[in-house]
Amino acid sequence: MSFWEVTLFLFDGFKISLLIFAVTLLCGAPLGLPIAFCSMSRFKPIKYVAKIFVWIVRGIPLMLQIFILYYTPSLLFGWKIVRDMDIYFQVYYGVENVGGIVMVLIAFTINYACYFSEIYRGGIESISKGQYEAGYVLGLTKSQIFRKIILKQVIKRIVPPMSNEIITLIKDTALANCIAVAEIILQAKILAAEQAIIWPLFFTGAFYLIFVGLLTIILGRVEKKLDYFRS
Amino acid sequence: MALLEVKNIYKSFGKTEVLKGLDFSLEKGEVLSIIGSSGSGKTTLLRCLNFLEMADKGTISVDGKVIFDADDGKKLTDNEIRENRLHFGLVFQSFNLFPQYSVLQNITLAPTLLKRGTAEEITENAMSLIDRVGLADKKDNYPCELSGGQQQRVAIARALALEPDILCFDEPTSALDPELTGEVLRVIRGLKNTGSTMIVVTHEMEFAKSVSDKVIFMADGVIEEYGTPQEVFCNPKSAKTRSFLNKDIETNGLRMG
Repeated sequence: MSFWEVTLFLFDGFKISLLIFAVTLLCGAPLGLPIAFCSMSRFKPIKYVAKIFVWIVRGIPLMLQIFILYYTPSLLFGWKIVRDMDIYFQVYYGVENVGGIVMVLIAFTINYACYFSEIYRGGIESISKGQYEAGYVLGLTKSQIFRKIILKQVIKRIVPPMSNEIITLIKDTALANCIAVAEIILQAKILAAEQAIIWPLFFTGAFYLIFVGLLTIILGRVEKKLDYFRS
Repeated sequence: MALLEVKNIYKSFGKTEVLKGLDFSLEKGEVLSIIGSSGSGKTTLLRCLNFLEMADKGTISVDGKVIFDADDGKKLTDNEIRENRLHFGLVFQSFNLFPQYSVLQNITLAPTLLKRGTAEEITENAMSLIDRVGLADKKDNYPCELSGGQQQRVAIARALALEPDILCFDEPTSALDPELTGEVLRVIRGLKNTGSTMIVVTHEMEFAKSVSDKVIFMADGVIEEYGTPQEVFCNPKSAKTRSFLNKDIETNGLRMG
């Protein structure tokens, strides 16, 4: 296979990696907010349910969570139904392993939402009480105070830890290959197994590096944009 | 009729009783200073007036209208509390400016959100307030670029923008370097000359003596002494007041004369 063919073949896999990355970020980042609010709730039952949920999701390896989500429907409804659905999608829509992709997306979204929620919580709790009180004595509502005063300060504080988490995320997408979702490393392994060429496996590193480089530049810009004030 | 009437205010945190039945009143245009050692309940009193804390007992009336009555039974809604606290303004010890907004934006934010006029009116009013606290050249600066004294002056302008009936100061100069307290106290003195009604919790005895119409000395959650500056500073009746004032002279020198 030519270098170009290998690159295209790997890029097919990287598209899946990017899909997992984008969906996790777009769904997980907003989902983290209600989880953060629940874990800060003054209503004890909600608070403890949220805390236990976060503890479980952060306490179990993401790979195991993917396995659990992937196999549970089969255990509940039988292997055949699940396989038939996969085949249906493959035949009519030409997508392979739809069940696997969907479960990976769910597992990643929930897992990262929990990590994000803890970052949000830390950020929100780090804002001094005086900021809220200043808003209160100016007659603002709780929601105005959060949206107009607190939010931007929180965003400024969580950009560095969020950047870390986002960079970890693109590399974590490789875990999807544990249930045969054809992300980039699985594609490279296919080349190794079927064409007996090892170098594409190493070459996958370049895809990650370029993407992480881009992320670093973008996230750095965001950080710089918020540099104009100190809180 | 007094502008502000505070009757029988009690407040506890857990088992600690911080305010044990306070009564006082304030006429329009008067300046009231509250002095006393740390932990005597001065700040808690201001926080009760501003509804940052809810008193356990007692009533607060502004202009003859009861805005807080602990025995009323029905809890005030969030909207009523917001409505009521707008009778008061509060300037904090630690300024609490909004760091992401410029000086001008800090002042216009609340009037804009509360729809107190058109954008032009609000900006115009804010500019005249900035002028009044002497920071016209700093209107586009951010709080982190200002000195403590300048930040506190912005905080005063911010509180004034909502035209409160009574402006409260919670130790406005305690977080400042000594050389910066003067500029803040000058602004407060200027407000008195334009007829603002104010309550100032302070450790600046000389300032309290010269600017106030009334002085309250608080000790252990009660009003130990209440009177004109002359009465409280020069002729204190209570032994606690005398010992407090003597200690202040020891630490701050004999500047009170």
